[in-house]
Amino acid sequence: MSEAITSGGGPEEGVTGLVDDWAADRQAYHVPWGKAMMWIFLVSDTFIFSCFLVGYLNVRLTTTEPWPSQSDIFALSFGGGEPIPLILIAIMTFILITSSGTMALAVNMGYRKEKMKAFWLICATAAFGASFVGMQVFEWSKLILEEGVRPWGNPFGAPQFGSIFFMVTGFHGLHVSAGVIYLLWVAFRVKRGYYDDKGFEIIEIAGLYWHFVDLVWVFIFAFFYLL
Amino acid sequence: MAYVPLADQDHEMEMHHPHSFVEKYVWSQDHKVIAIQYGGLAVFTGIVGLVLSLLFRMQLGFPETATFIDPSFYYQAVTMHGMIMVVYLLTALFLGGFGNYMIPLMCGARDMVFPFLNMLSVWVFLLSVIILMASFFVSGGPTGGGWTLYPPQTNLAGTPGHDMGIVLMLISLAVFIVAATMGGLNYVVTVLQYRCRGLTMMRLPLTVWGIFVATLLALFAFPALLVSAIMMLFDILLGTSFFMPAIIETGTPLDHNGGSPILFQHLFWFFGHPEVYIVALPAFGLVSDVLSVHARKNIFGYRMMVWAIIAIGGLSFIVWAHHMYVSGMHPYFGFFFATTTLIIAVPTALKVYNWILTLWEGDIRLNAPMYFAIGFIFTFIHGGITGLFLGNVVIDLPLSDSYFVVAHFHMVMGVSPVLVVFAALYHWYPKITGRMFHEGMAKLHFWCTFLGTYAIYLPMHYLGFLGVPRRYYALGTTDFIPASAQDLNTTITVAALFVGATQLLFFINVIWSLRYGPKADPNPWGAASLEWQTPDTPPIHGNWGDTLPTVYRWAYDYSVPGAKEDFIPQNVPENEVPSSAESSENT
Repeated sequence: MSEAITSGGGPEEGVTGLVDDWAADRQAYHVPWGKAMMWIFLVSDTFIFSCFLVGYLNVRLTTTEPWPSQSDIFALSFGGGEPIPLILIAIMTFILITSSGTMALAVNMGYRKEKMKAFWLICATAAFGASFVGMQVFEWSKLILEEGVRPWGNPFGAPQFGSIFFMVTGFHGLHVSAGVIYLLWVAFRVKRGYYDDKGFEIIEIAGLYWHFVDLVWVFIFAFFYLL
Repeated sequence: MAYVPLADQDHEMEMHHPHSFVEKYVWSQDHKVIAIQYGGLAVFTGIVGLVLSLLFRMQLGFPETATFIDPSFYYQAVTMHGMIMVVYLLTALFLGGFGNYMIPLMCGARDMVFPFLNMLSVWVFLLSVIILMASFFVSGGPTGGGWTLYPPQTNLAGTPGHDMGIVLMLISLAVFIVAATMGGLNYVVTVLQYRCRGLTMMRLPLTVWGIFVATLLALFAFPALLVSAIMMLFDILLGTSFFMPAIIETGTPLDHNGGSPILFQHLFWFFGHPEVYIVALPAFGLVSDVLSVHARKNIFGYRMMVWAIIAIGGLSFIVWAHHMYVSGMHPYFGFFFATTTLIIAVPTALKVYNWILTLWEGDIRLNAPMYFAIGFIFTFIHGGITGLFLGNVVIDLPLSDSYFVVAHFHMVMGVSPVLVVFAALYHWYPKITGRMFHEGMAKLHFWCTFLGTYAIYLPMHYLGFLGVPRRYYALGTTDFIPASAQDLNTTITVAALFVGATQLLFFINVIWSLRYGPKADPNPWGAASLEWQTPDTPPIHGNWGDTLPTVYRWAYDYSVPGAKEDFIPQNVPENEVPSSAESSENT
């Protein structure tokens, strides 16, 4: 066997770069360990959410009762006016996507070593996330207390509607809540100067998770609320 | 991307050297201690599974003799035996045990990339085992719905353990998945990102390749099990109807409506089929290394072997519905899944050919590990060929749910991986403990196990052809089943009791040799791969002393012409290889 291929100079682009990376010794990706681990974890998590959504689509086909109309259930009226369909979900989606923007800015600030800006941007992201969870709590309590939706049944039609709703949005809500805690922890350590020597890749790693949670929400939004 | 390449990742590794007995052996972050903890716990649950199997074999072989085995207990024993062996023994042992021990050593790393996460993994695994074992002690006992846990049957009154047992089983599985994910992320990232200098992916021993791809399968297949476990827990605890259709139980309609039991089967087997290869791929890898070392030959077709592992891993995600031919599906789906199932036999057969060609004209040393490795080739061909029968829809329909299926999967994913486990444990025992085991006792153990398992499973194929259904507590008087079937069942039970008892040989050997075995040479088999080149035997925390090794060759340089010895370790540079021709002529 010939001498090991050691990459000289900068990483190549495209297929050549891919082959170079995978044929290299020591590491296959030019990323820190934590980032590689986060990527693989997110692929695994993608399988979880895919299974949930496939299960949802399947149950929606097999249930014998009609599926409730989401635009009527998820409608909200302001000041006694006409109920606006899906308005709360639209606001929640907007907030979550905005939080992705602040997260991206935080990553950038981290790499520019502007620690305090990064800190405040992460905090803003966490605040957006927390308000998303808050609105979800509002949505759940409205459905449970006012409309009588339960996991095992609801007044509108197929009982699976409530089952899927609580399971999938609950699971996603747990992901957002965990993300908020994770972000606050990272923000705290950024401020304390824990990463001054180690580098600020951790912000990007946390950001990966956060963008993933947002992306999953887009799919839940499309499949559950719009379809 | 503002990423600065690492000067030397060796410095990034923060070693937490233990300061006390508790830190060294209990809350240890050393991958080798974690591996032994994982392996020991897996073997412990495996013994529970083995004893359960002997108990229900008693009922089948000698009906009504053991009076405490009533139908409920029988179904619970069958269920728990299946789940324990597949998930808690084999998956945990191969990934948590061998994965933890071998990956850092074979990659020339000091430890896993995140040792703390690795330690959490083993403790969460312990938690899942405790929850699993707790189900034996709750009211109603463990679940008796069969290891596939098919709803609605599992959740209905009349199935033992339908109240607490199944809940604990599902929670235990979910906890196990958390443990497997934490460990699995570590294994994958260690292989990808923490190899030593000169060690390219295509120089890794096949053991690492097998465990690496199996871990990826675990990370992508366990989510389906997690989701089905969550949905089923909702069905049981919250009264939802994901998997429960409208059911009338003893004249009363249940509160369920509109669920799909078939959905559970799809989710379960989307996990369940890759699970077969999660167990098989590490076994393929380990046995390749054992065969190559003891045949004193490089593994035949290394690149083919690697690509076969990857191909099997990929294909394993699109064959799952061959477990569901009798559940009812569109004929075109059956056609599709039969085709993919037969295609997956191609890379598998390729591996078998390569093992045999590795032995071909090798300088075979018939050491105890080699016995088990060659035994594996027999049992695996055997179980693999019956798999081709069952992969075809028309042949599967009459054989489904008969003892033929039991015989098939026990040959291919019971006996075969277990033989590899023994081969690997005997092979690496000197490295792990620093002592040699008793060779004669190990060989006796092999013959008892190998011949004994054939005595168990060969007759089962015949029972299957007779149409004897699996999972039945008693056959009763059925016209199409001749009375001789009972004689066969008795024979099988006697053989099973014999095989079960002879496993004591292994445990006696391992424990006795730990204390009284002769001190082992650091590299008793003359192996080339990196784990045999550690400065200490057994390797100490940190594995490599002051400097990490550098690798100059693949792991299979055996009987190289011109070299003085019949193996060249991976970390020996080209110009330092002792030459056999030095004294006579200049090459």
